[in-house]
Amino acid sequence: MKISLVSACVLAAALAGPARAANDAKDDYERPYHVEDGKVDQSVYNGYRRYGNSCLQCHGPDGLGSSYAPNLTESLKHMTHEQFSDTVINGRQNVTASQQNVMPSFGHVEDVVMYLDDIYAYLKARSDGVLGRGRPERMLKK
Amino acid sequence: MLRRTALAIALAFSATAGSTVASANDELLKLQKDPNQWVMANGNYASWRYSPLNQITRENVGQLRPAWQFSTGVLRGHEGGPLVIGDVMYIHTPFPNRVFALDLNNPGRVIWRYEPTQDPSVIGVMCCDTVNRGPAYADGKIILSQADTTLVALDAKTGKEVWKVKNGDPAKGETSTMSPLVVGDKVMVGISGGEFGVRAHVTAYNLKDGKLVWRAYSVGPDSDILFDPQKTTEMGKPVGANSSLKTWEGDEWKIGGGGTWGWISYDPELNLIYYGSGNPGTWNPSQRPGDNKWSMTIFARDANTGVARWVYQMTPHDEWDYDGVNEMILADNVEVGGQRVAKTLVHLDRNGFGYTLNRENGELLVAQKYDPVVNWASHVDMKTGRPQVVREFSTGSGGEDNNTQNICPAALGSKDQQPASYSPKTGMFYVPTNHVCMDYEPFRVSYTAGQPYVGATLSMYPPKGEDHMGNFIAWDAGKGKIVWSKPERFSVWSGALATAGDIVFYGTLEGYLKAVDVKDGKELFSYRTPSGIIGNVNTFTHKGKQYIGVLSGVGGWAGIGMAAGLGGDNEGLGAVGAYKALSDYTQLGGVLTVFALPN
Repeated sequence: MKISLVSACVLAAALAGPARAANDAKDDYERPYHVEDGKVDQSVYNGYRRYGNSCLQCHGPDGLGSSYAPNLTESLKHMTHEQFSDTVINGRQNVTASQQNVMPSFGHVEDVVMYLDDIYAYLKARSDGVLGRGRPERMLKK
Repeated sequence: MLRRTALAIALAFSATAGSTVASANDELLKLQKDPNQWVMANGNYASWRYSPLNQITRENVGQLRPAWQFSTGVLRGHEGGPLVIGDVMYIHTPFPNRVFALDLNNPGRVIWRYEPTQDPSVIGVMCCDTVNRGPAYADGKIILSQADTTLVALDAKTGKEVWKVKNGDPAKGETSTMSPLVVGDKVMVGISGGEFGVRAHVTAYNLKDGKLVWRAYSVGPDSDILFDPQKTTEMGKPVGANSSLKTWEGDEWKIGGGGTWGWISYDPELNLIYYGSGNPGTWNPSQRPGDNKWSMTIFARDANTGVARWVYQMTPHDEWDYDGVNEMILADNVEVGGQRVAKTLVHLDRNGFGYTLNRENGELLVAQKYDPVVNWASHVDMKTGRPQVVREFSTGSGGEDNNTQNICPAALGSKDQQPASYSPKTGMFYVPTNHVCMDYEPFRVSYTAGQPYVGATLSMYPPKGEDHMGNFIAWDAGKGKIVWSKPERFSVWSGALATAGDIVFYGTLEGYLKAVDVKDGKELFSYRTPSGIIGNVNTFTHKGKQYIGVLSGVGGWAGIGMAAGLGGDNEGLGAVGAYKALSDYTQLGGVLTVFALPN
């Protein structure tokens, strides 16, 4: 019960994303990463780890896809932040005679929903080509 | 040493006298010795994957060619291999787990096909592709363990359901990929889901009606794991009460993993089954202090009651995901230290050590590295049986959020489930291996039923300075030494087959079926099937002629990462010209290919 309450709140927060106060709020929302000299902020770094926990088993190392799940560095070139959040939270099924692709719903998974924006930030940085493969290096805390 | 032999003989006698082997399914005991058929996944109860057939030989294998092919119509990774009973071949597919009965008298004609109705949501909780390692045959039935853990018995003649039983709950992340084993009047089957915090078990069902006979968990109280604190032993000593519970903190054992998704072997004389358990709970070792028994363990259990005779934990308190599920090969009269040991168990573990044990009492005889790059442990202490972990490569010693680099092997092991072959003719083991290393960073995760419970990030790459990620090796299990090693561009993810024709077959991830010389690994034959091979090779005769059969269809663990290529942009892979992504070599698609010599 507790978990689903937390999820609901975070979910609401995620959907209310554009309420960020920055001038270029739209840009920050679609490109919420900070990468300097190959080093990443805490959000991207955490996204990398959470990706490793919950997504890598299907989508492969560095978001590059596997023999049965899409390459997310490609997907995020034409998927908005909102579509991304929606797919992760609700899942997606594409089961036909020739393929059986099922993305489970992560809407009630604390480690995914809590850090959904971090996972997005990491994958978007990969997709935009500003972050290479492998374990990113963290910026020093200022 | 003499004493050991005497004890062995005494044990063998008492086991035979005390057991009820007479009630066993004699049909299967006989059939597994018939080289004209291939009646169980690994060829025989001892998991030899060997055939005395010798029409195809070192001299003529170069002329081998496809006789016929059959598309399964399923794209994902095709593990396991065909069964042949009489004039019928049975093949299977990954989810949706189709089974085809094919007429060998009219090659490739479908006698019947079966496709279960399964909730596709199970696909999302299968860790590493939707593979299945094939059905079992016994008593006129084909027994399939579906992805959603339904165990179904089909009439081998018609494909009609005889009985069906649910072995687990996919909503909790419990799934199935393994090939069941029929022992006597029981079907034995395990559970997958080590990456979802399941608590796995091996369960025996009545072959006749699917009724549950016994269930043995990998972790938990003695009554759940079917241990007798006085009689169940490890390293020759009784394990004592609560041997599992006291190696966990709090309730962590309830999500303790110990997946039982590998192969089961059986010794009819001892009436013992042998199998291994997988990783404990989360991959973050800091969240589960203790030895986490009995994850990463070899079990010897009484086939009638499920009670454990002996156990041996290879990787206490795992910090690398070195599941202990690989096949247990039961070889006889192996020479260890100048003495013949009547009954041994040989196991090439994910952790990179090749173990040889006395399978009557679990005595550890040999534990040596079967890939020279293995570095996480310096050696195994032969007195305690414990690996001597090298601190530099301990992912737990630095605590959470600390990245440990250059650990060999990677999480997929020096070898995964792809079964090796043992030739009683040469006394050697022929082993498909991975040659991959990794960085591993554990971090804290929370458990949600039915959701990934991993807690570590990994990156994998070939060993530093090398350009190939697999080897096919010959292993001397008595000496613990590599006899020869043949490099392969990618991990070798296909089950091997040795024959009396002095050749060994295996498949490669690019899709080649290869035959090599047993004496030096020299390549004598290769043929490119339509997709990468992660299936296991078999052989049989039909109307007196020898055939070779294999499923191709890339995927599985090998399909993760290798689809995109391993390693980072900045790891200097550019210098290693030969290395390219698997997707540059092969695409998906399940196909059976049957080979024969020209008439």
